[in-house]
Amino acid sequence: MSAVDNPRAPYVRQKTTRSNYELYGWVFMRASGAVLLVLIFGHLFINLMTGEGVHSIDFAFVAGKWATPFWKVWDLLMLWLAMIHGTNGLRTIINDYASKDRTRLVLKGLLYLAFTVVVVLGTLVIFTFDPCPAGAAADLLPSFCPAP
Amino acid sequence: MTAVAEAPAAVGAVKSFTVTIKIRRFNPEVSPDPTWQEFQVEAHATDRVLDALHKIKWEQDGSLTFRRSCAHGVCGSDAMRINGRNRLACKTLLKDVNPDKPITVEPIKALPVLKDLVVDMEPFFASYREIMPFLITSGNEPTRERLQSAEERARFDDTTKCILCAACTSSCPVFWTDGQYFGPAAIVNAHRFIFDSRDEGGQQRLDILNDKEGVWRCRTTFNCTEACPRGIQVTKAIAEVKQAMIRRAF
Repeated sequence: MSAVDNPRAPYVRQKTTRSNYELYGWVFMRASGAVLLVLIFGHLFINLMTGEGVHSIDFAFVAGKWATPFWKVWDLLMLWLAMIHGTNGLRTIINDYASKDRTRLVLKGLLYLAFTVVVVLGTLVIFTFDPCPAGAAADLLPSFCPAP
Repeated sequence: MTAVAEAPAAVGAVKSFTVTIKIRRFNPEVSPDPTWQEFQVEAHATDRVLDALHKIKWEQDGSLTFRRSCAHGVCGSDAMRINGRNRLACKTLLKDVNPDKPITVEPIKALPVLKDLVVDMEPFFASYREIMPFLITSGNEPTRERLQSAEERARFDDTTKCILCAACTSSCPVFWTDGQYFGPAAIVNAHRFIFDSRDEGGQQRLDILNDKEGVWRCRTTFNCTEACPRGIQVTKAIAEVKQAMIRRAF
């Protein structure tokens, strides 16, 4: 193997793709970035700076937050935007740095799989969350749960 | 008469020194692998890298191969990677690239090397041709020149300076990956027509550069702006083309 790249590497331009896909991707990255700044720092402020700070976070705290549609929508937006933003960013990085088509395909496959698992699981948790599971100790549950 | 007598002394006053030039040689007829070769050259402080390459070719090794035409920074033939940066050999003084250490000279990256410092420019020109670098108009030819105000001309003045030396495109890390990206030079030359008030092919050019391999692959690393020997604000031009596309889409 030589110390430097093969100087006779072939050049072929592949097929042209003239859609607005990359344009919307570019705009989305900037828009979602700005929205995520608000969502994430709002999330951190409410969870860590108000009340007793980090010590107040337990099951009851999360259950109390998700009892209101406002925080459900906030967290859902945060999950989706962060996941699409991050996945699109990694997709770009893979496109830029993976020089072999197979490496690119495998890395992107893994990326999209991870994306799907996290988004589906996260969305499911937010929508099917039960704040008062049966048989749990009463002192761990939020105050609005009926006494067992 | 006295001026003539003094002239030799003035030339002798220019400091001379020995500089080591380390060149990446490649000859497919001899070996499929490139090698590094060092040359010692006696040079003056006023000499350029191109002068050192000439001295090597003319006095030491006639097989050294490189392109140069005008040798004054206008034709764009002698773009090469000098000490890891793309520059024109004819515009780079030896004293500015630290002659105390060996000066490395390589062909520009990501284009196929033909021999020594000569690369195949065809992929670069193929992208250039794709953006249709000519005036597109409709209707009858005017009987006189197509008029344009000074402000309208100033709009794209910066991008008219391009000499197609490929220093920008071959300095772009996105272009290095797979060579599919149109590259800064093609976008700069599209910019020159997109923002020309006399041209009517702007929409077609925007369509072409809206490609997956078009302006959206630019990561604004500014390598192209730093490499441009003409001082064109390349990254800014690319951003202006992006902006034109976004305005058109929304």
